[in-house]
Amino acid sequence: MNELIFFINKVIISGTIIGCIYALGAVGATLVFGILRFANFAHADMMTVGAFVALVFVSWFPGAGSVIGLPTGFVMLPIAMVFVAIMSVALDRMFYRPLRERNVKPILLLVASIGVMLMIQGLVRLFAGTAPRHFFSTEKKDIFRIELPFELSTRDIVITEPQILLIITTILCIFCLHRFLTGTRLGKAMRAMSDNPDLALITGINTDRVVSATWMIAGTLAAAGGVLLSLDVILKPDLSFNLLLPIFAAAIVGGVGRPYGAIAGGLLVGFTESLAIFNWSILLRPLAPYLPDWVEIPSKLAFVPTEYKIVVPFVILIVVLIWRPTGIFRGQVL
Amino acid sequence: MNRYQREIILFSIALVAILVILIGFGEAYTTRLMVEIACHAVLALGLTIQWGYAGVFNAGVMGFMAVGAFVTMLFSFSINDEFWSSEGPGALAGLGVQVLLLAIVIAALTQLHRFGISQRIKTACLLTALIIAFFVFNNAVEPVARVIEGQAGFIGGFGLPVIVGWIAGGIAAAFVAYGIGKACLGLRSDYLAIATLGFAEIIKAILKNADWLTRGTLTVSPLPWPVPTPNDIGFVLARSAYLSLMAVIVVAMFLLLQRAYHAPWGRMMRAIRDNEVAAAAMGKDVNFRRLEIFVLGSGLIGIGGAALTTFGRIFDPAGFHPLKNTFVIWVMVLVGGAGSNLGAIFGATAIYIIWTMSEPLTLFVFDVVANYGTEWFNWEPPADLAARALQTRVFLIGLTITIALRYVPHGLIPEDARRLRSA
Repeated sequence: MNELIFFINKVIISGTIIGCIYALGAVGATLVFGILRFANFAHADMMTVGAFVALVFVSWFPGAGSVIGLPTGFVMLPIAMVFVAIMSVALDRMFYRPLRERNVKPILLLVASIGVMLMIQGLVRLFAGTAPRHFFSTEKKDIFRIELPFELSTRDIVITEPQILLIITTILCIFCLHRFLTGTRLGKAMRAMSDNPDLALITGINTDRVVSATWMIAGTLAAAGGVLLSLDVILKPDLSFNLLLPIFAAAIVGGVGRPYGAIAGGLLVGFTESLAIFNWSILLRPLAPYLPDWVEIPSKLAFVPTEYKIVVPFVILIVVLIWRPTGIFRGQVL
Repeated sequence: MNRYQREIILFSIALVAILVILIGFGEAYTTRLMVEIACHAVLALGLTIQWGYAGVFNAGVMGFMAVGAFVTMLFSFSINDEFWSSEGPGALAGLGVQVLLLAIVIAALTQLHRFGISQRIKTACLLTALIIAFFVFNNAVEPVARVIEGQAGFIGGFGLPVIVGWIAGGIAAAFVAYGIGKACLGLRSDYLAIATLGFAEIIKAILKNADWLTRGTLTVSPLPWPVPTPNDIGFVLARSAYLSLMAVIVVAMFLLLQRAYHAPWGRMMRAIRDNEVAAAAMGKDVNFRRLEIFVLGSGLIGIGGAALTTFGRIFDPAGFHPLKNTFVIWVMVLVGGAGSNLGAIFGATAIYIIWTMSEPLTLFVFDVVANYGTEWFNWEPPADLAARALQTRVFLIGLTITIALRYVPHGLIPEDARRLRSA
């Protein structure tokens, strides 16, 4: 029984958590990819910026959280979301729009996004240093231990307050996004642009507004993902490259331009990652008495050693590109 | 206006800069700088044919460099007798047999369509087999690694000539590029960019953690040189010899690539870059040609990485960094002019000088700022100011990319087709 609880803690919970983070990142990435037609390499750094904005506000108002009874970092989440949303629109005006107006190939926008990525990285690390930061240096992180009413189990299911908040926020964000995309004119225009840009232009959709809206949604969700990720574990200023690959893998698995696909893709990548690094011999050990003598259960039996975790999204990406480049939800192939 | 006036002016400026450095820092430093410039020129040439000739986007220069560097280390480092007299080779051979068996099974599965099995099921079988093979391989490596690490440290090298190592490094990088390109090049370049970026991080993780193969973070040194080392004939002479070798390689590569650029092959590549549909309509196999140039360019990048690491005399997988090994090379290509071989060499020279000089310069500037800040505003500089100061270089590299894209989209020395047309 304890083994099963270990499995729940290590795979189900941590898979959901990291899956939600990837989903929040991937939705923005897939919208930008689908509507503006380039892979935005600066996306993971927008997440870092969001986390740092929240951190700065936490250091200014350290007691704000205890008033409401939530972690201070979480209370600062809306500020970070607004900040990054405005920042991404500003970045678009400064760096991407001039290129778009010159009618360059979309791949050049990708090169520009690499430039933007390096600029953000440099500025963040210049002002915030390269050392990892904690959100919970002054506060206590609430940890919930759920005891199971079984005789055989002595361990508890462990989940922390930020993790619960993360799941709730993700569901909330996805719900709002769904209402926006299906219920409002602008949302429908965005989906139209993503499906068929030429047709959308003919019907008189205001491209500028659609582009701004796309950036704002991408920025908001990226900030949410960044803040929640650093609330859950730690804020590393150099996590950019390690987040970028799973996010794009999730976006492509779900189908480019398909926000719901990106959510599914994010969870898929997250779960696969935790399943791949899980030590399966823990689950097999209780079976040892029933197995014949010559079968020896090794002490470590994982698909991928933890230090090679980044191989997982890469393999998923390559498999999808070979097998079904449109992704699960039949997105576009650009 | 003379056709080559611009090039002459730009290269004269670079030459003057090198002379200033020669006067300021001495011969030993300048020869080192010039060898590194030559190595970066090889890297930039490799990248400029991918991006400039055919519009293939490689965001994983670091990965191909690392492959080249590792293979060179493996081929040219001295033989580790301890390993060959231990149980290591036997265990490794056992692993080799397993890999061979897995490869045979997978090769057999690729032929499934001959038995009337549909393409979809074949792909599914193949993928399942690959994942199982990966699992088996992963769990088979560990005991072997433990034997080798316990008894001999690491497997050492083969003790072959360095030049053989460089060529092997280039070939290995080309093979890796074939694998990645095969999966991604049928789609738009964005997918290749994402895949190569991820690949570069993976190859770094593997080289860093596979202690039995690379000694991981313990690093391998000193790597042998293709020319007499500084221990034998002194710094200036040894580095000059290395520089002459690199100069021969760069010039040979430049002439060959220039020839290829003006040949029908180069014209075809530019056609594919500028109008894929039209090129396909003319009967060109777009995907194959892209794969071809991606493999070729990555091979050159592998050789460049091998030469650069050999020159540093130390193989340190943790020392590879996407900024200095991927994006700086990108800036060289973009500033020099995509698709322009002369531009790549000029970009490598100019950007590498600026990059090297910017380190002491930023440190100095930040030191001054910190001093005045403390004096005038009672500002207390953070303890890691030096580490932070260097981050301004990251910002500047990013800024250069965006500015170059916007204001000099064809680079300082545009490619020949563009330049000769306007002249």
